Amino acid sequence: MSSDLPPPYTALERHPMMPVTSHDEAARFNFLTHMNRYISGTLGKGNKLAYEGRVLPAFKAVHGRDPEHREEVRVAMNEDPFHRMWSALKRNTMEMRQQNGRQCVLRQLDELDAMARQFNEHSGLLQLDASVEQPIYNTCVDIHCQPGGYHGGEREGDVTVGANYDVGLFATTGGALGRLNDGGGQAVVAHIKQVMPDFAPKRILDIGSTVGHNAVPIAQGFPEAEVTAIDTAAASLRYGAARAAGLGVKNIRFVQCSGEDLSRYPDNHFDWVQTTMFLHELSSDSMPRILAEAHRVLRPGGLILHVEQPQYGPDMPLLEQMLRDWDAYNNNEPFWSAMHGLDLKGEMEAAGFARKDQFVVGVRAVADPEIFPPSPDGGQEDYGRAAIWNAYGAIKAPVEETVA
Amino acid sequence: MTEGIDWVTRSGARAKGGRPLFFEDPAVDRLTSLAMALAAELSATRERLDTVERLLEAGGTLSREAIEVYAPDRQAGEERGLSTRAYISRVMRGFQQEVEAMEYPDPPVTDWVDRLSRR
Repeated sequence: MSSDLPPPYTALERHPMMPVTSHDEAARFNFLTHMNRYISGTLGKGNKLAYEGRVLPAFKAVHGRDPEHREEVRVAMNEDPFHRMWSALKRNTMEMRQQNGRQCVLRQLDELDAMARQFNEHSGLLQLDASVEQPIYNTCVDIHCQPGGYHGGEREGDVTVGANYDVGLFATTGGALGRLNDGGGQAVVAHIKQVMPDFAPKRILDIGSTVGHNAVPIAQGFPEAEVTAIDTAAASLRYGAARAAGLGVKNIRFVQCSGEDLSRYPDNHFDWVQTTMFLHELSSDSMPRILAEAHRVLRPGGLILHVEQPQYGPDMPLLEQMLRDWDAYNNNEPFWSAMHGLDLKGEMEAAGFARKDQFVVGVRAVADPEIFPPSPDGGQEDYGRAAIWNAYGAIKAPVEETVA
Repeated sequence: MTEGIDWVTRSGARAKGGRPLFFEDPAVDRLTSLAMALAAELSATRERLDTVERLLEAGGTLSREAIEVYAPDRQAGEERGLSTRAYISRVMRGFQQEVEAMEYPDPPVTDWVDRLSRR
């Protein structure tokens, strides 16, 4: 019975930059963790029952056909009383997670800002560039309903958004990302070491790193490499660099830079270019530019890997597509739907990676399963949040093949 | 405490981006938020009471600092997790039963009243 219980919040490792939660702040995260599991698990199947039992029959009665696109399913489901209530509950858990995280962070912001400044002044891990503009896809809405998104803050130079992201991720993912919320990056490291045992990268670029949850474990897993973790959002980088320094990681640099313009790096510079849960935060205009820049800076024979939630594809039922799209419309993820509907192999091909050089593998979070049970799957999966991903990768062809 | 920021009010700041309306009457959206927040607060209070009980049982005395830094061991964590799961199940009973009713629909009970009353 207890084996699938999420761990208590206090199982998280309190690295030096981690905001200190009071007893009740941790308890509120525990409530939200359980409530999220309840909403996706016990109540989640209600969406399918409502769809099959009344939404779909009503749609057919009106239109004389089945829905042809997830958008039609979404519009129809948004009329259903059960789905509306379910969505309202889920939206509230996200908002409550933000408020609880912010209350924890903001009451101790003076200490957190001071500590981050200390770490960042002495570690040399942080390189900010005030000339980097915040792209519209970062600023149009506050992503994840986090006030300030990844880039804002409560005052100049603060770490509010990075700290809040770190302190509450546990509740959103039900603890499935492990004690440092880094199960995604650890999964990538474990997979690459398994399938490419001789791969010894010297220079690794992680694009869209935010606070470095997924870049730091790569640096730890490849201590001979130098990891460059870039993001446009200084507010996240400030926290991420301080967090990494607090963890004692030295072979990583947090650099303010846009993936759309990697001109500071020469062609063929990196052995490995990585993104983790990043592509869905972009836009139709910017994603091809970033993919092309990633191709340019990757050396021939080098590895590119994009970790994402699964793409939809024609074989995925429309209701599942629509449920996976929930965050796009209800949790401020405006590119999520379009991105997951793309033929990612085609996008990567357009960026220069031949289809024969591409691969797709399933990846699950690596965490201590004794303490952090894996994400529920099957009918219990929390679509869009589960620590179950696909990695869309490629090996850049050697030069002679590219020319041929 | 942080200087120069009204951290209590700023904690509840809204996120940029229009909020979806889930119900016809916005009051229902507000009441849902209210009910969820109260459910969370009672859950946190129950967890705090459990902490107090465990500290008293173990040591016969307690300090507020000991409550704030308490971290359950493996077994206590599971017991508290199960307790929270059961608490949520009680609070959410109506929703569970709504799902069950969709899975195994029943005719209105008035149908049975009519049928059993008929001579």
